[in-house]
Amino acid sequence: MNTSSSNLKKIVIEPVTRVEGHGKVTILLDENNKVHRTLLHVVEFRGFERFIIGRPYWEIPVLVQRLCGICPVSHHLAAAKAMDVIVGGEKLTPTAEKMRRLMHYGQMFQSHSLHFFHLCSPDLLFGFDADPAIRNVIGVAQKFPELAVQGVMMRKYGQEVILRTAGKKIHGTGAIPGGINKNLTIEERDYLLKDIDQMVEWAQSALKIAKDYSVENLEKVIPFGSFESNHLSLIREDGAMDLYHGNLRAIDAQGNKIFDQVDYQNYLDYINEEVRDYSYMKFPFIKFLGPQDGWYRVGPLARVNTADFIDTPLAEAARKEFMAVTDGKPNNLTLAYHWARMIENLHSIEEIKILLDDPDLQGNALVVKGERRDEGVGLIEAPRGTLFHHYKVDENDQITMANLIVSTTNNNEPMNRAVQKVALDHISGVPEITEGLLNHVEVAIRAYDPCLSCATHAMGQMPLEISIVDCEGRLIDRKSKR
Amino acid sequence: MTKILLIGYGNPGRLDDGLGPALAEAVAALGLPGVTVDSDYQLTVEDAAAAAENDVVIFADASVNGEEPFFFREIVAEGTLGFSSHSVDPEAVLAMAVDLFGAKTKGYALGIRGYQFDEFGERLSDKARENLSKACEFIVPILRDKRIGDR
Repeated sequence: MNTSSSNLKKIVIEPVTRVEGHGKVTILLDENNKVHRTLLHVVEFRGFERFIIGRPYWEIPVLVQRLCGICPVSHHLAAAKAMDVIVGGEKLTPTAEKMRRLMHYGQMFQSHSLHFFHLCSPDLLFGFDADPAIRNVIGVAQKFPELAVQGVMMRKYGQEVILRTAGKKIHGTGAIPGGINKNLTIEERDYLLKDIDQMVEWAQSALKIAKDYSVENLEKVIPFGSFESNHLSLIREDGAMDLYHGNLRAIDAQGNKIFDQVDYQNYLDYINEEVRDYSYMKFPFIKFLGPQDGWYRVGPLARVNTADFIDTPLAEAARKEFMAVTDGKPNNLTLAYHWARMIENLHSIEEIKILLDDPDLQGNALVVKGERRDEGVGLIEAPRGTLFHHYKVDENDQITMANLIVSTTNNNEPMNRAVQKVALDHISGVPEITEGLLNHVEVAIRAYDPCLSCATHAMGQMPLEISIVDCEGRLIDRKSKR
Repeated sequence: MTKILLIGYGNPGRLDDGLGPALAEAVAALGLPGVTVDSDYQLTVEDAAAAAENDVVIFADASVNGEEPFFFREIVAEGTLGFSSHSVDPEAVLAMAVDLFGAKTKGYALGIRGYQFDEFGERLSDKARENLSKACEFIVPILRDKRIGDR
């Protein structure tokens, strides 16, 4: 513990272990129990880049899946896209691109469904202050069993899509430099088509829950952890939402374009990362705006804000409803992430349905190669936001440099701001800080769906710890959760 | 015949965190009748659906500070309050199998003691490897003879 100033205690909690998956929130109170400062520390394990130095480039799309237990497909595809550039094969065959897209939409669908039904819904269905004994996934299972089963089956469906496109549930090998190593058989297609209409229907129901909650609780939703921000995502050339590929677009809080259609091979000209002393996780920002004004949100909210339209009908209708709430301007409400996430979920299952009917998935042209390069960048819109993979390769085909900016890192500053806002609004000056009030802080972080439980989870680890410290430096409360 | 599901979970790229998948791989190689083996980075909600289709589910994971060389105990179905449901506890998986799918599955946790978790690397430490070997010697006869579950 470090202390500073006469009437404040500044507590710096060093991570106990450097295991990815630890998050720590420190709330510093002044002598009047007012919140003075909050800090969200997310322990990001940076050793991964070193781990892959020296490995042959073709191993990387498989190796990077070790990075994250929840979105290995996103890392698999981002790395594969970077390696496409290395082998001069970024213009994929229709079969390869569509197989990868199918894999990616499967990943989106399982991840968004899991988040909504089993992570976010307890807060929405029972209330932020509800008894923690029921405000959890089991509580949902007991009180809303039909909903909970839908969540399980939607997650399972997304996993089935991944299994049939990546080849395995974990450590998939589907995407390779310049293409894909398998197509989709008729049997696999028919298996996935069997339940597709049910999945679309459930995705619409989930969207309705998220939308209704937001609309019916606007008074609560508007101020909760909310603040204006820039927004960043990939975007298709015609301005459509594209979760797999496109160019970079950034807009400000009013919707003005900061930059547009930027080739992500040049991302270093636009994005920089700031290091702060209290967190291993860096703080990315738009270079020419500087760290003070250049930070941005990524993920579902940012993507719905940056898109001019969505090219699947049900999701586009939902996007229009969403944007109407803010008269077409960007939505800057933290809790609106849930609504935006369910719009993307519906878009993903619509895309899966379209793809499954496309005979290109049964094509046999799987790989292309071209002029060999020594550097490549791969970007993808992962469930949590924009994911950057950047590699350099030497003449022996070995990786000499790797730089990854993961989605949760991109949302570092926004998550810190959300925690600060909620702490000020709900905890500052309160005589008794209840579990329900502390849960408000978690609700704000959860909206961003950070990957705190990534990569390792061995029995005994605690991914999130919240500490409240008074002006005398006394620990008032602490709670840890898996 | 008693149907048994063994789920070995963990990240093989994070040293001893790969103990669960390593056990799963070893058991799967035996092809024991009536035993289904699965492997994943983490437990998640859909594991409840798979658990519900079996009489017994065994969750095998690395243990950070548990007993050496391993512990094995029955678990009870109960909801746990977590920050994130990206990863679900064995107790919660079992609870969902019971609550959502009406299962009567019995659950057990096999925690194999590991020592090194703090860097990337696809290898087990020597002591963890010894513990894995002892855990295999313990669990394989149980799986082979179905001496578990009382069903």
